[in-house]
Amino acid sequence: MNAKPVLFLALGVVMALSGPARPQGFAGLGQNADGFALPAPDPVFRFPEDHGSHPDFRIEWWYLTANLWDAEGRAYGAQWTLFRNALAPEGGTGWDTPQIWMGHAGLTTETDHYAAERFARGGIGTAGVVAEPFEAWIDDWQMTGPWLSDITVTARGADFAYRLDARSTRPFVPQGAGGYSVKSPDGQASYYYSQPFYEVTGTLTLPQGEVAVTGTAWLDREWSSQPLSEDQTGWDWFALTLPGDEKLMAFRVRREAGADYIVGTWIAADGTPSPFDPGDIAATPLATTDVGGGAVPTTWRLEIPARNLDITVAAVNARAWMDTSISYWEGPVTFEGSHAGYGYLEMTGYE
Amino acid sequence: MIGASLGALVSHWRRQPGQFATLILGLALATALWTGVQAINAEARSSYAAAANALGGSAEEFVRPGGAFTTEDFVTLRRAGWRVSPVLEGWLPAERGRVRLIGLDPLTAPPGTGAADVAIETPLEFLTGAGQILAAPPTAARLGSGQGAPVVAVDGLAPGLAFADIGIAGRLLGRSGEIDRMVLHPEQVTGLAKPSGLVSGLERQRPATAEDLARLTDSFHLNLTAFGFLSFAVALFIVHGAIGLAFEQRRVVFRTLRTLGLPVRLLVILLLLELLAIAVVAGGLGVGLGYLIAAALLPDVAATLRGLYGATVEGTLTIAPLWWGLGFAIAILGTGVAAAGALWKVARLPLLAPARPRAWARGSATTMRAQLASSAVLGAAALVAGLTGGGLVAGFVLLGALLLAAALALPAILAGVLSLGARFARRPLAEWFWADTRQQLPGLSLALMALLLALSANIGVGTMVSSFRLTFLGWLDQRLAAELYVSAEDARQAAALLDHLDGRVTALPIWGVDADIEGAPGEVYSVADHTTYRETWPLLSALPGGWDRVAAGEAAMINEQLARREGLVPGDEVALPGGALTIAGVYSDYGNPLAQALVSPATFVVRFPDADRTDFGLRVAPEDADALRRALTEEVGIDPGRIVDQEALKAVSRQVFERTFAVTGALNVLTLAVAGFAILTSLLTLANMRLPGLAPVWALGLTRARLAGVELLRAVLLAALTALAALPVGLLLAWVLLAVINVEAFGWRLPMHLFPGQWAALFALSLLAAALAALWPARRLARRPAADLIKVFAHER
Repeated sequence: MNAKPVLFLALGVVMALSGPARPQGFAGLGQNADGFALPAPDPVFRFPEDHGSHPDFRIEWWYLTANLWDAEGRAYGAQWTLFRNALAPEGGTGWDTPQIWMGHAGLTTETDHYAAERFARGGIGTAGVVAEPFEAWIDDWQMTGPWLSDITVTARGADFAYRLDARSTRPFVPQGAGGYSVKSPDGQASYYYSQPFYEVTGTLTLPQGEVAVTGTAWLDREWSSQPLSEDQTGWDWFALTLPGDEKLMAFRVRREAGADYIVGTWIAADGTPSPFDPGDIAATPLATTDVGGGAVPTTWRLEIPARNLDITVAAVNARAWMDTSISYWEGPVTFEGSHAGYGYLEMTGYE
Repeated sequence: MIGASLGALVSHWRRQPGQFATLILGLALATALWTGVQAINAEARSSYAAAANALGGSAEEFVRPGGAFTTEDFVTLRRAGWRVSPVLEGWLPAERGRVRLIGLDPLTAPPGTGAADVAIETPLEFLTGAGQILAAPPTAARLGSGQGAPVVAVDGLAPGLAFADIGIAGRLLGRSGEIDRMVLHPEQVTGLAKPSGLVSGLERQRPATAEDLARLTDSFHLNLTAFGFLSFAVALFIVHGAIGLAFEQRRVVFRTLRTLGLPVRLLVILLLLELLAIAVVAGGLGVGLGYLIAAALLPDVAATLRGLYGATVEGTLTIAPLWWGLGFAIAILGTGVAAAGALWKVARLPLLAPARPRAWARGSATTMRAQLASSAVLGAAALVAGLTGGGLVAGFVLLGALLLAAALALPAILAGVLSLGARFARRPLAEWFWADTRQQLPGLSLALMALLLALSANIGVGTMVSSFRLTFLGWLDQRLAAELYVSAEDARQAAALLDHLDGRVTALPIWGVDADIEGAPGEVYSVADHTTYRETWPLLSALPGGWDRVAAGEAAMINEQLARREGLVPGDEVALPGGALTIAGVYSDYGNPLAQALVSPATFVVRFPDADRTDFGLRVAPEDADALRRALTEEVGIDPGRIVDQEALKAVSRQVFERTFAVTGALNVLTLAVAGFAILTSLLTLANMRLPGLAPVWALGLTRARLAGVELLRAVLLAALTALAALPVGLLLAWVLLAVINVEAFGWRLPMHLFPGQWAALFALSLLAAALAALWPARRLARRPAADLIKVFAHER
């Protein structure tokens, strides 16, 4: 068996891939048994400091997804993710720094999907994040710019590469209760904010050659120390662009027994968030695709009665499987129904 | 009919259980020694493969010849997109030979790196704090505790290797922040910046493969194989004898079966089936015995390979199906070879031929002449191989032909000596003794040939090992002249050391790097201009003023291995990194498989600016050595483990030497045991047939006890003659081993010394073996009922 998934499985880098459940007292008070800091309600984010890494939390990520089109109107999707994983709540320099980094890059066309993965040790300089001027990197993959609202994102694998320039003039949007995002009825939570308004120009390098593209991108910043409960088997995450440049984020945490936990945020065009409570959103798989060793729902019905939203979401390329050491589905989608638009879908725990 | 015929054939073995046991045991012994040696070789080879694949069998790597990379170099390459993984290597002290430590980064290690897969399951423990040392269970046991990091035994890791995180390894080896090489992930992005432009001094190369290690140790394995084959050949003599006897005694049965209508084809097929069954049973027994032999010898073999070649092999045997199969195959093949002649005779047996029971393989003058002729041909072949052949294989052809020629000539020589004896015999009993001994020669000659082979091998190998030991110990005294050897942790400590010594104690720099010499891997060392070297260094040949020329930086000394391999003599040039130098002299360098060159410290610093310069030999009066050692530990802060005195170093070297030849010694004893057994079986099988010859002598008035005594004397006499004949053969063998095989295998030639004491002991041993072997048949004869002897006359045909 490959080594690296074991590492990340054990530590639950992608929150949906659960580690052992720990007793949670009052949500978000103090530290857990290993000395990691825990998220607390009503956070006040400080920028640009909070764009950097938080080594005293167990897990953290910088997660960019982009919907792109070429001059002929063909749809593409790009993903750039940097995960940080702390073995112990310490930063520092040198080989023994207990911080481990993982990078994922994906590129989806209407017919193909490319994925690449990198691992690095914190403390020696092969990966890291600096808040100002902003720089996040692992090996030669980078997300850099004067600040996080004006970045250049690059990545390359053996058979693909991309370079995207992403800019936004609108504010970062806190998710959940002012940036405190609860993941389950038991109270596990993370700090979570997004930048869903990037305008993007860039170049994709495919085996067939280079393609100039334009489009939009969405960045998620999230950090926490709490793995999900043992009975939570995976999650489905939607990031959609609605007519009028409004945005919708919704995620469903699936459970072995009992009801799924679905919450989300409606984001107005000026960035004002309106969070949903459990029960406000319904997500129903309509069709599945056999990919990556399991049946993955690649067509969905999403309903939010309070907002008169009833849409059918379908993958641009149903085979957008990230065949990395932790494997999952991640790719661009389009939707129609009461509203029409596009977005990104991530689904874990189906392999 | 088949059942009945088979029953008739097999009934022979029921009546002759001793003969059956001899056959099975002989075949099992032949198989056992061969299989044991093969199992040892297979184990070593699989260890080489495991070691070469310890880092996922990466196809390419970056190195910086003559120096190490830094962590920053690694980061530079990774950030340029090169998928490389850092490796730092060194040695950890352990029981029975050091263990190679591989420091790696489990996160970037190429796929298939077993240690990384294990490490990542407990990342916090492996990567941080004290870290962990992972090793296969036998290696972990040798490492013990007290290594500076907890040792964890993990099944399935390459034997003889230890793995730690590169950060931990840097601390354990005192080389924090250094990287020896960077292995490339098999999947690389194209169009990256040239790595040599990113990191100075970087070179791309193919890493050492299992074949490289195997080539280095080839000579050793070939040696073992030769021994295994020798034992196999000796044991086959037994098998051949037993099968021949059994066929001879069953001639009546064969004839009867044939006259009853059994087709000759079917008869041969039935006999083949019988032999096959015997071969399978004996093969199974032999493989089992072979396993025991291999398991008993492997720890020493492994220690030798580690000490002599730096190979990573453990002393525990895994059972490979391959050598099980090979064991059975060799048993069947051996039976076939031994039985071919007998089967041929059966196939051509005339239907109406009289069933003449007689001593089998009754030698005639014709047979002996044929043997002499073959011996001459083989002798000529040995001469040709010795004169024209190059390489190890030619060396072994020479050895094999020489031994076989000697063995084939033995019966003729013995016959000559016996007839000479007969000429001087005056009394009737003496005349009978000589004539009868000669008469028995054909029946015993195979066993005596086996004894000759075993004794010659013993004398030859014994002489070689003892010559080597004598030379080696003298050479150690010359080579290890400094009283203390110190290895400072870093340049800072080295400076502190020199500061402390302040010229009061001479510090001879012993700086070395791995470097290409004449295009092959070797090592270059610095050598100070000092009387220590001028007076004691073991030079074999040198230019006048050789040391002066080295000190002036215009010349280098090279080791014997390199000189022989490349055909270099003083005055020639040797290609070294940074340009060729004149060869000022050639020195002996036993126990080192690599090419080596010595240059002056100034030349060394210029050519290898990045090499560590932290090792020194200190010349100090022996009585002051302890005080100096204490001062270095207490005042300069050098770890006591980094100071070794001359005696300790010599003891380690001697240990390596003794282990190297422990296996040879063990195989030697086993071969001699097989030969002794061959004599016993031959005498036992002859005993019955000899009754017709002995009965008349008994009837003439000689008591059975005296007859038995004469029989005993006869066996001892034949053994003594054979041992005498073995002496020149053994010495010739020793010469071939020292002057041909050693030069080819190791690259050094050793002077031959003679050890008459050893010969005397061996001579006595062979007499004892023959006497013991003859004792049982002689006792049987002495206690034989007189009626048996009388029957001889009644049954006389």
